[in-house]
Amino acid sequence: MNMIQAERVVYEYARYDDEGNVAEMKRAVDGVDLNIQKGDFVAILGHNGSGKSTLAKHLNAILLPREGTVWVDGKDTKDESKLWEIRQSAGMVFQNPDNQIIGTIVEEDVGFGPENMGVPTPEIWERVEESLQAVNMLKYRHHSPNKLSGGQKQRVAIAGVVAMHPQCIVLDEPTAMLDPNGRKEVIRAVRALNQVEDITVILITHYMEEVIHADRVIVMDQGRIVMQGTPRQVFSRVEELKAYRLDVPQATLLAYELRQAGLPLPEGILSREELVEELCRLKQNI
Amino acid sequence: MIKDITLGQYYPADSVLHKLDPRVKLVATLVFIASLFLVKSWVGYGAATLFLVLVIRLSRVPFSFMVRGLRAIIMLLMITVVFNLFLTPGERVLVRFWKLTITDEGLRTAMFMAVRLIYLIIGSSVMTLTTTPNDLTDGMERLMGPLKKLRVPVHEVAMMMSIALRFIPILMEETDKIMKAQIARGADFESGNLIQKAKSLVPLLVPLFISAFRRANDLAMAMEARCYHGGEGRTKMKPLYYEGRDYRAYAALLLYLAVIIGIRVLGNYVRIL
Amino acid sequence: MSIKAEHLNYVYSPGTAYEIPALKDMNLEILDGQFVGLIGHTGSGKSTLVQHLNGLIRATSGHLYFNGEDIYQEGYPMRKLRSQVGLVFQYPEHQLFEVDVLSDVCFGPLNQGLSREEAKKRAKEALRMTGLGEEYYSRSPFELSGGQKRRAAIAGVLAMEPQVLILDEPTAGLDPKGRDEILDQIRMLHEEKHITIVLVSHSMEDVAKYVERIIVMNQGEAVFDGPPRQVFRHYQELEQMGLAAPQVTYIMHGLKAKGLEVDENATTIQEARDTILQAFRKE
Repeated sequence: MNMIQAERVVYEYARYDDEGNVAEMKRAVDGVDLNIQKGDFVAILGHNGSGKSTLAKHLNAILLPREGTVWVDGKDTKDESKLWEIRQSAGMVFQNPDNQIIGTIVEEDVGFGPENMGVPTPEIWERVEESLQAVNMLKYRHHSPNKLSGGQKQRVAIAGVVAMHPQCIVLDEPTAMLDPNGRKEVIRAVRALNQVEDITVILITHYMEEVIHADRVIVMDQGRIVMQGTPRQVFSRVEELKAYRLDVPQATLLAYELRQAGLPLPEGILSREELVEELCRLKQNI
Repeated sequence: MIKDITLGQYYPADSVLHKLDPRVKLVATLVFIASLFLVKSWVGYGAATLFLVLVIRLSRVPFSFMVRGLRAIIMLLMITVVFNLFLTPGERVLVRFWKLTITDEGLRTAMFMAVRLIYLIIGSSVMTLTTTPNDLTDGMERLMGPLKKLRVPVHEVAMMMSIALRFIPILMEETDKIMKAQIARGADFESGNLIQKAKSLVPLLVPLFISAFRRANDLAMAMEARCYHGGEGRTKMKPLYYEGRDYRAYAALLLYLAVIIGIRVLGNYVRIL
Repeated sequence: MSIKAEHLNYVYSPGTAYEIPALKDMNLEILDGQFVGLIGHTGSGKSTLVQHLNGLIRATSGHLYFNGEDIYQEGYPMRKLRSQVGLVFQYPEHQLFEVDVLSDVCFGPLNQGLSREEAKKRAKEALRMTGLGEEYYSRSPFELSGGQKRRAAIAGVLAMEPQVLILDEPTAGLDPKGRDEILDQIRMLHEEKHITIVLVSHSMEDVAKYVERIIVMNQGEAVFDGPPRQVFRHYQELEQMGLAAPQVTYIMHGLKAKGLEVDENATTIQEARDTILQAFRKE
């Protein structure tokens, strides 16, 4: 069954001139069709302003499409009577960890979602403990979020969503403001949620290294989906990615350069181990 | 200087005071503040001091944290003291120079005022240092619950306060950062007259407001995404129940109030009180 | 001309229980015209160090010389130092405040005491160098895109015509193309205007590609200092500090270990490609 389905979704917003009149309508999302299966790990790539964040906000009814329809677990996001069910089943983690933590103590923040859902007190405690455990932050439960590192804060934010028992988590550039260690921590936690808890993950990012484990990569540009496929398929199209203001992982780029120079390497090498292996194999065969 | 404000700076520790129901602490703080305005004699202040010292000892929060809040009001404190010292008329003149006189009454009032202010700040600091802001707002929400019937948005106000408390340290850090960045661009926040100084704040305040709005916007979205829809149908992770120690604390508080009132009433008859 | 630090120490909240040494006996010289990369994980002291270099933080002990003069001596013109050593903070676009881009960039030069004319001239030149043309002068800085805002903010420091430009993670939060554009502009500044550049970064790949010298900081100390090839040779130690070498370094060491005749010190894609091709051609 589809976790998320979107059909010809269009979202426009107005740009105003100095007098406050509508100067032009901008299409941030322009006719997107999307199907995400339960249990998938899907990455959405795109440069800043490509419409990927706007699309993400449609996946739990923070924004409603101007045209077209989005279904979350079979529910139309325009159906106001289902709003809270939709937000519960598709949780969202945002870019800036400071601006999404509400509680002044880690565990209180994680309990915020379940409190809003009206979960009975004893169960809130169970959920908080499980969720903090799932992102490996249980020992910080009594800390103040202000004293944590960026990666830790972001994991608390993820736990806050996990405590709502969602079927799907949408992460809108969760690592953009983190240092490399923080990025690794967060990605590790997200992958574990997908693999261990079987939560559908939609990861929006522009760091290529984070998406090589995804089941599917979707590339957006000017509000449209322009590329789609497994990481291997997408990353073998280096020139196209560059045209969309994106990169490829360094190992892929080096393999691409070597192939351009005439070495018969296979397409779509993703990791450095793979590249080393392929080069050694090539060497032996010469 | 902004960093010195201890309000909203919870100090985690394992003490009886930390465990008390926030409602008890709120009521106690109000009673303590009221008591400061009831006492008029050294003995009364002695009782208040004793109470405060006892509470501080129970809290297990280092004393230095308590007094940190004072730095923020040091100007106010000095002005109060100076005004009371020189402007209180009285009969027994202690010092006189130029047009200024210090009377016995003036000295007394100035000292009492200073002690009152200091105790007031320390007393409220004890509460904020031992109570998480969330508990605090929960407590207020419950104490003011009856006002809901009068259509006062008690839950909303409590939520706003708790968010404000969460963001105060973040915005302070941000202020510091923006200030440094503008100094690096040659901004001068110190010299010049009042108007120049006010003008020099523009490069600080504009980015700060924009940032605060951006954060508010983000936060509203994040709260909605986590199913926040007001106080209705909400459960509590940490609901408030009175326990034995809370009743004992109320009893102790009542005793303290009785002592203070006793001293005040007896003061009308016995001279040293 | 240079910046020279001698036995620089800095302690946060000295005398309290929260005393944290942020810099420990730093000795360092940055020569005129160098392009230096400063790396280290969060909390390694690199941000603290750069704030010393333009006098925003005063060292607990030690000396800091700018062009041979001790900046801690009495009467040293701190404000002049700040215009000569320009510091661009992280997310500098958060400091924009004026009604239009040109006025915002003029803020620095006007604070230096220049005339309105002269300030405008400098601002325009700075905006040109960061790739923002005339069409942006009268636009509100808040309407620009993320990358453009950042350029405007960098121009705001450049307009003070510093001899040294320090940038604290100038590419944080930008997309790959935006990141390359900013870094290319910085390289151009270095080449055209011969400005000394200190680039604080988390990205080993960026640092390897652009800088001529890397200083690695860990726990308030400079642990490695040298050209990228030399520093990344210590990739295992870097990893222990929670840092990493560029991906290319790992690939090269991997190949070397398997017996391929490659230069394991290659740090950029181009270098790696060349040495791998060479190894294959030898056969």
